[in-house]
Order: sequence, then structure tokens, then C-alpha cells
Amino acid sequence: MGDTIFALASARGKAGVAVMRVSGPQAHGALARLCAVPAARQAALRQLVWQGQVLDEALVLVFDEGASFTGEASVELQVHGSLGVIKALTQALAAIGLRPAEAGEFTRRALENGRLDLAQVEGLADLIDAETEAQRRQALRVLSGAVGKRAEGWRKDLIRAGALVEATIDFADEDVPVDVTPEVLGLIDGLLTDLRREIAGTSVAERVRDGFEVAILGAPNAGKSTLLNALAGREAAITSEIAGTTRDVIEVRMDLDGLAVTLLDTAGLRETADRVEQIGVTRALERAGAADLRVFLLDHPTETLLMSPRAGDIVVQGKADLHPGPDAVSGRTGQGLDQLMARISAVLVGKAASVGVMTRERHRLAMIRAVEAMESARHQVQGTDGAAELVALDLRRAARALDVLVGRVDTEDLLDEIFASFCIGK
Amino acid sequence: MFHVKHFDVVVIGGGHAGAEAAAAAVRVGARTALISMRKDRIGVMSCNPAIGGLGKGHLVREVDALDGIMGLAADAAGIQFRLLNRRKGPAVQGPRTQADRKLYRQAIQALLARQLGLEIIEGEVVDLIDGPNGSVSGVELLDGTRLSAAAVVLTAGTFLNGIIHVGDQHRSGGREGDVASVRLAHRLAGLGLKRGRLKTGTPPRLDGKTIAWEGLDVQPGDDEPVMLSFLSKAPQARQVSCGITHTNERTHDIVRANLGRSAMYGGHIDGVGPRYCPSIEDKVVRFADKTGHQIFLEPEGLDDDTVYPNGISTSLPADVQHDYVRSIKGLENVTILQAGYAIEYDFFDPSALRPTLESTVMGLYFAGQINGTTGYEEAAAQGLVAGANAAAAALGRVPVLFSRTDSYIGVMLDDLISRGVTEPYRMFTSRAEYRLHLRADNADQRMTGLGLAAGLVGSSRAKTYNDKMARIGAANAVLGARTCSPQELQSVGIGVSRDGATRSLLQVLAFADTEWAQIDQLAPEMVSFDDETKAQVWRDALYAQYLHREKADADTLRRNELQRIPAELDFTNLPGLSNELASKLQRRRPSNLAEAERIEGMTPAALLLVLAHCRKANAARAVGQ
Repeated sequence: MGDTIFALASARGKAGVAVMRVSGPQAHGALARLCAVPAARQAALRQLVWQGQVLDEALVLVFDEGASFTGEASVELQVHGSLGVIKALTQALAAIGLRPAEAGEFTRRALENGRLDLAQVEGLADLIDAETEAQRRQALRVLSGAVGKRAEGWRKDLIRAGALVEATIDFADEDVPVDVTPEVLGLIDGLLTDLRREIAGTSVAERVRDGFEVAILGAPNAGKSTLLNALAGREAAITSEIAGTTRDVIEVRMDLDGLAVTLLDTAGLRETADRVEQIGVTRALERAGAADLRVFLLDHPTETLLMSPRAGDIVVQGKADLHPGPDAVSGRTGQGLDQLMARISAVLVGKAASVGVMTRERHRLAMIRAVEAMESARHQVQGTDGAAELVALDLRRAARALDVLVGRVDTEDLLDEIFASFCIGK
Repeated sequence: MFHVKHFDVVVIGGGHAGAEAAAAAVRVGARTALISMRKDRIGVMSCNPAIGGLGKGHLVREVDALDGIMGLAADAAGIQFRLLNRRKGPAVQGPRTQADRKLYRQAIQALLARQLGLEIIEGEVVDLIDGPNGSVSGVELLDGTRLSAAAVVLTAGTFLNGIIHVGDQHRSGGREGDVASVRLAHRLAGLGLKRGRLKTGTPPRLDGKTIAWEGLDVQPGDDEPVMLSFLSKAPQARQVSCGITHTNERTHDIVRANLGRSAMYGGHIDGVGPRYCPSIEDKVVRFADKTGHQIFLEPEGLDDDTVYPNGISTSLPADVQHDYVRSIKGLENVTILQAGYAIEYDFFDPSALRPTLESTVMGLYFAGQINGTTGYEEAAAQGLVAGANAAAAALGRVPVLFSRTDSYIGVMLDDLISRGVTEPYRMFTSRAEYRLHLRADNADQRMTGLGLAAGLVGSSRAKTYNDKMARIGAANAVLGARTCSPQELQSVGIGVSRDGATRSLLQVLAFADTEWAQIDQLAPEMVSFDDETKAQVWRDALYAQYLHREKADADTLRRNELQRIPAELDFTNLPGLSNELASKLQRRRPSNLAEAERIEGMTPAALLLVLAHCRKANAARAVGQ
């Protein structure tokens, strides 16, 4: 085991304290770059300073090799639980040369050094699984809905570039184009532009600024627009008595308990023969599916919904003035609005907490590693003839760095692309 | 008459896998029998008369580094040598040679005849002899002869239930001119192993006297031929050139018009087809826009006029072959000596094999085309692995194992066992994650040590190898010790920035434009080293700076490979493991953590559980259960 890893050991989300755990040969050395290293097993208060900036005042614990959770030299940093502090500390540790831990890596090291027993591992297993997949999906969405789509495009470009280079290597004696440089360069440059933009944080910042999306769904004329107007406090949507008015998706930004929230008023969901209305309905379903939360406004209590609510979604009876009930709301009279706002807020705050700065940071670091690999590839492509294997190596490193975003890119994926593009075979 | 002969290892089939298996078993020290239906067909090349290439060349070098016979035979029979990717870096260069068919066959037979302790038996294996606990303990021949053996290696190639297709005609056959193996196939079918059908095609053979060579392009061999074997110095046979021609639209029209009559397209074959284009029919259909496909006209022998047209494999009827071949430039008046055909045959799912190539039937090893691979080199490498391990098992020694971090052999075994096969498996360099480390030029550095430990490497090769390593070590020591300032380097014309950093000559070697003349000036001792040593030192130095990028991954993988999973571990009883993963693990029975990791759907959490249970099992065993 050569490298030193780090990860948040405490529960995610807003809390008074966050615990960052570091394990590996460079753990103590890394700490020394941030503050004076205290004696082992003696909690000490330290100011963590990186590049002239004070990151935080933290409680620092040092563990020696053989006497720690993992059995390796370790450090625990108890910092204030703000997202900003965690993010800054993560960036500092990465800059020092430490690596964000993979799922289960601490446990693995503890296991290999004989520090954990089977029962403990069994309990952790489910948690690790849940973390990995949910984290990945959630983080992709919070980075920005568009990033998820772009990641899919990155995957295709990586496979195409890799396949082109591999084809010139493995099928040099068959009828494949000798010079794939222009296309490979084009793909690399496109990827570099995209990734650099993501790293610069514009889309991350956008999402944090734009916040979460809440879609209001319901049958035509269930009172969605009225409700939205009441929630937002202004006449944003066109309200009228005729079903099918809101053809497009109307967005209203608002501040909800400190969170930036975009409410989406969608077209009324119903089966319709009207082609224009049909488009509106389809769009509504798409936007609603991509939203962070869906609020289903029932026209009457026994209505069947055109879309199934997911875990966490809110279903309320609308038009409380006509269909009274304990949870019913009315945009017109204002009944139940406060309770609905509180419910929406509770769900969103929970989501904001669970996303995790670490995961976003892990993705950002992955993109940084990918950019480094691709810059190296670009340099090789333009270098002397005979660097194909080095270009291929760098493209593979880039794909591996990004696999947290684009999924695994395999030799079989490259071979699929090669055989589909070039006539190979004797 | 019941005649029982006793051996340690019996090899069924004398093809490329069988020959290497038998030779390897003997080298390890086992009393070995090689059984072939026809002694004189041992070493026959069924298809393309060529050995090596990209990926394939790497396998040949590794087999050679382990003292196998394919490289030596290829060098003895080679009539046109070309180092592929010569202008690219050493990591992707692959040595290749066109061989004289007859010379190759003779070379293989001669090399086998030299092996003391190897008995070659002509006969057809029709049955396996059952041993205790469901194992195999020998074979029975058609004439009633029974051979007992501790281990049996099956290398039946394309012979098991082999069916030859030409157009809509088909007949039983192992390859053109040989009968199929039907009774043995039937016996194997009864073993309960997962079985499938694969197909492979071959082009028509042409009479070279009827080819109009004058109008065609020529592909000569290299001026400085690179040999396949580390022990060879130069080609032995007379060298020739190949011709090059192309198909054209008229060729394609003829093929297209008759697709329905092709065995591959007429629905006559149930075997699986690959992603690439194994036949001219595939090429014409899948790449309809291409106006011409390249064909290499390869002479099959020095005193043989037969030409092998590489690039037009087919299973169209003979009359259609006649038409479309004659539409090709240079072949307008050609005579077809033997029609092209497709052959379909049984293969067995390799994911059930252990890393030693032993099947789930104890004592029975599978190697070669029957595991779903295609190519002589792939077969030879598997044959060596199976033969070495069959012998080791028979003699009570430790298994001979290969890792994908150290060899293409390891890559191939791991791919076959982890993923199984959906199309004929062929080796490419892109399959190797550690391509910079797994080069053709350093196969001996990577493999011969392992071969020596396993008893595979004889004294002659050991001496050559040790001498070579000593020379390389000495050269590296000189270059590593000699450090130079930027001024010194610039004084001999090596451009470096004046950054004050001293560099060893090993580092300087890796610079793009460094010449040996410059190095010799800075370290005069270097002139005493021969060119080949210097070339190898240069190749190693070239990649040293990049290897660390691959090495970190390789180390992790090796760590996982070393984490063995006890054979008796019952995955279905591990709490915390999903049913789906438990049943996959139970079916695959991975022998180490790296194998487990490659199972589809494996998660980090599940791997942790497996690791934890291994430790518990090992601890229990240490205590004495």
C-alpha cells in the first residue's frame, strides 16, 4: 500500500462537527503541512493553515502505525461542520498529494491489518453499497442535470479516441487509416474544454445558486398555477379556468428557508388527442422526472395519477375550498400553504445534506486527474512518431480517472468501436 | 486386445496446443504421450501460414522464453520476416513471419523427436477412462489400447464434431483432409460441461503459377529480420516476398449476388459469429461503401506453388469462389487448388476452467481452440500452460501460474476465465493494461525466471539467458552510475536545459534523439558491449519513466491476486452477500480476490465480505480447525 487516503468519517450534512480521517504513510507528514503535529493520542487544538489561509481551528488527533483504526499511521481532524470548511480542507489534502478514499477502503485496510473482525465488516457492507451508487447518482444530478448528460458524451468520446489509437496499434497490418491524429486531437480538445469548464466550477456554482427543482403536477385545472402563484407571491403563471392553459413549463425561483428553489408549474397531465397539448404533457413528465421533488396536486381524492410518486414526493389534495380535508391546500384561500411549504422545505434540506461535499469534490478531483492525463495525451499525439502506446496509456488513465462519472470503460468497449468502424479480418 | 500403457501425462491432439503441451510436460519431467490421428500431420498449419504479429507475436516470444518450440520452428521455416509497427515504439512492435508450411511441420516434428521421454502415438481417442471421485485417469483408443495417466490434456482444435461447409454442401471433417473426432466429442458432451459451437473460415488456395504477379504490388520482408525466438540469430530458409492485390466492385457484386448460397449467410451454421469480419461475405455486407479490400498473396512454401490469399476467407460454393476470385486483379486466370470453406466445431466455456486450465473434471485439462480462442499462437500458449500444469499435478508439484500483470499469457487466461467467450478470442495488445511492461523484447526478462522455477527451461536456454542478463546488468550498472551535468551532455550534442540537474546516462538514454555514439563518448566502457545488449538497455530505459504509472495499478492487482480464496469456501452461506452475487461467486469459484473482482456486478462491499471470510477461514485453518 503506497498511498495515503482521506475521507469524511462523520455523518454527512449540517452538523456542529465534521471528522476527516486520514490513513497511510504520509498521514503525519500531511498534517505537518497544515499545523504543528501533536503527540500521539493527545487531542490538541490547532489552527489549520494552508497557503497562507486559515482553514479552520480544529481538534487534531494523531495515531501511530499499529495503533489506529486502519493499523496505519493515521490522523483525525475534527473541524467545524460547514460545507465550506470541508471543501477547503479536501482541496488542501488533495493538493498535498493525498487521495480521496474509494468506497470501503478504510475498512479494507483495517481488515487487512487485522483490526476489524467479520461481524463488523458485515454490518458495514450494506452501507458501503448504498453509499457508492446513491452517491454517484445524486452527485451527478447536483453537479448539474446537464453534467450527467455530458458525462455520457465524454464516455463516447473517450471510447472513440481510445479505439482510434488502439486501431492504429493492433491493426497496423490491416486496412485502417494510418493517420488518425486529426480526429483524436479533436476529441481530446473537446474533452479538455468541457472538463476545464466543469472544474472551473461554473456549473457547480450554478446549481448551488439555482438550487433545487420542485415540480407541481396534476390534472388540468387542478389548481396548480393558482398554487404556484400563491407560493411565490405573484402572478407568475397564467391562470384561467380552461383546462390545458399552461402549455409550457413555467419556472419561478424563490427562496425557501435559505434554500434556492425553482418551482415548476407544468402542463396539466391528462391523456389528450391534441398534439400541442400532448407535447406539453410529455415535456411536463420529463421535467418532473428530472426534478428533485414532485408535488402531486389532486383534483379529487380518488384520482389516478399519470405518473407514480417516488419516495419522498408529496401528494396533497387541492382546491381545499371545494374538497375540505386535514392536508388539503387551496391556492385561492391560502389554506394549508404553510404546512405544504414546511413539508417541501424538510425534504429539500434532507437532500442538500445527503449530497455531500466530499462526493462533489471527488468528482472534481477526478476531472482534474483526467485533464492531466489528457494534456499528457495531447502532448504525445503531437510529439514524434512512435508515441501511440503512450497516447493510449494516457487515454486509459483519463478514462479510469473519470469512471466515477462515466462508468467503466473496458477493452471490450474499445474493440466494439474498432470493429464497428473499421473492416478488420482476414 | 487390452493393452495398458502408463504415463504421467497424455495429450490428445498434435496441433499447436498439443505440441507445446507435450513438449512442456516432458521438460517439467513427466512421462508423456502425444496422441494424434495422423503422426505426419503434427505441426500442420490449418489456415494462414504465418506465425506472430501484434499480440500474437508477444505470445510466441513468451512461449519461447519458457523454452517452448513455436518460436524456433517459425524461425526455421520463416520465408518472409516483418516486424510490425517497426516505426512505432518497442512496446507495440510485434515480430511476424510467413512460414513454409512443410518446413514448419518438419521443424515441429523434429523438435518433438528431440524430447526424451515423449512417446508419439498414432491413433484416435474415443473414450476417457474414469478415475476416482469423478476424475479422469486415462484415455482409450479406437483399437482398444488404454493409456493411463494422472493428467490428460485435451487439445482437439477444430476436430470435435467438426463440420466443413462449402456453400450449401457440408460434410464431417476436422479440417480439409482430416476426419472429425466424433466419438470423443460425444464422450465429452456427456461430462456436463457448458458447450457451444464456433465457426472459422479459410480462403481458397491458389496455384501461384497461374497468378499474374507482374502487375501487382510487392511486400518484401524486412532488410534486418527480427526473429521469433530469443535463441535464433538469422533466418535459415530462403527469403521471399508477398504480393498485394485488392478486391473490386465486380468482386463485391458477385459475392452479394450469391450471399444466400454462403454457408455463413445461408443459415447453415449454428456457430456464433464475431464482431470482426472473418469472411469476404462479412466485409462486403458490413462495409458496403468500401470499393476494395486488401488481399495479401502469401506463398505457402519454397518448393510449393500454392498461394494463400489472405483476406478472402469464404464459405461460398466452389463455382462462386471461382467467379469472384477471377474478378480480382492479377487472378484473372488463376486455378483454385482447394476451395475455401468454413468449419464449425464444439468448444467449451472457458469460464469454468481453473487458472491451470484444469476443468471441473479433475485431471482433465483443456487448451487451444476448444476453449474458444482462434490462432496458432493463442493455442500454443495455452498448450504450454496446460502441459506444464498437468505435469506438475502428476508429479505433485506446485501449479505454474500466470498473472496479467506479467504476461500476455496471463492476460489471455484471465480474460477467458473471467469473461468466458462469445466470439473466437484473439489476442491484441490493447487487451493488456500493462502494455509498456509486457513487451515482445523483454519477454525473456519477464518469463524465463518463472520458467526456470517451474522446471520448464532447459540448460541451454538457461545459459543463454543468464549470460544475456549478466551483460544487460553490467551495462545498466555502468550507465546508472555515470551521472552528467548539463554542460557535459551539451558538449557531446545532447540538448538539455541548463537547470543544473545531474542526470544518469540511463535517464539520458530515454531522450528522443540520443545516439549511442554520444553515450559512448561520455562512458567509453560502453563500446565493449554488443549492439543487441545496447539495444535492449535502450528499450528498457525508454519506458522506465512511464512504467510507474502502470506499476501502481499492477501492484494493486497483484495484491488482489495473491489473496487466495479457499477452494471450499461456500459463498451461498455468507451473510450480507446478495443472492445474485452469491450464486455468481459459487458458479465461478474464483481462486483469488482479483478474479472475484472481475465478476460482473461485483461491488466493493461484497469483495470486502469475501476478503473477511477468507481471513476467517485462514485463521481457522492456522489454528487447526
